[in-house]
Amino acid sequence: MTDTPGSLLAAGLLATAVLVGGLWVVTLRNLFRAALSLGLVLLGVAGLFLVLEAEFLAFVQILVYVGAILTLIVFAIMLTARLQTETQAPASRGTLPAALVSGGLCGLLVTVTQRLTWPSGPAGEAVTTAALGQQFITRLVLPFEVISLVFVAAIVGAIAVAARQGRPSP
Amino acid sequence: MTTRLLLAVTCALFSLGVYGMLTRRNAIGLLLAVELILNAAALNFVLFSRLFAHIHAQVFALFIIALAACEAVVGLAIVLNLTRSARTVCADEVDLLRG
Repeated sequence: MTDTPGSLLAAGLLATAVLVGGLWVVTLRNLFRAALSLGLVLLGVAGLFLVLEAEFLAFVQILVYVGAILTLIVFAIMLTARLQTETQAPASRGTLPAALVSGGLCGLLVTVTQRLTWPSGPAGEAVTTAALGQQFITRLVLPFEVISLVFVAAIVGAIAVAARQGRPSP
Repeated sequence: MTTRLLLAVTCALFSLGVYGMLTRRNAIGLLLAVELILNAAALNFVLFSRLFAHIHAQVFALFIIALAACEAVVGLAIVLNLTRSARTVCADEVDLLRG
């Protein structure tokens, strides 16, 4: 993340893609198109991770988000598509107050963070994947195991919630 | 310069997520907005990880991605169950627990 014109240009292009995609995600009426623009946002964020020299996170982002979560969301949208065309209610509510609130929040956050003084460049070498893996099997082994437990709990809970109620299978 | 640009991007992405949370009526639309917010947070963590050469910030970003996966799985399971029991995907119409 040096301030070379190349990295600045890449960051600017990816940031534009992320912001345009994010705007589409929250404003498009068609939920399927909103999910596809979420894919654009996720890929843009993965590209920004690459600009920030976090290669492992960029690939995890593509693998987990674009590969798994987005597929899951598209599946859910297709499974509920019939209900979505039936509904008569508008797709959004309270657009103007929400725009005022979130615009004010954005302005506040941006002014506060831009007024601080940030270091002009990175403090040291980029974090390598090897160092990350080493941390996971030495110092962070407990959080790592806890997150696996959370995964198991989420899977079992999701199956229990989504499974059809009725007579137990033999 | 890149730092300031990316900071502004994360703030804007977070605010877009908040806007989506406030306006969307569809439960799946709400989940999409939550993903935007989580991505903004993860991007912020990675930015500061690079800026201060700190490894644990990247670990936090990794955990955010993992927890986002769990959240999406459980959230979509609830939405699918909702379509069967309440015949709706609109978050406003589900008021079974209203006192």
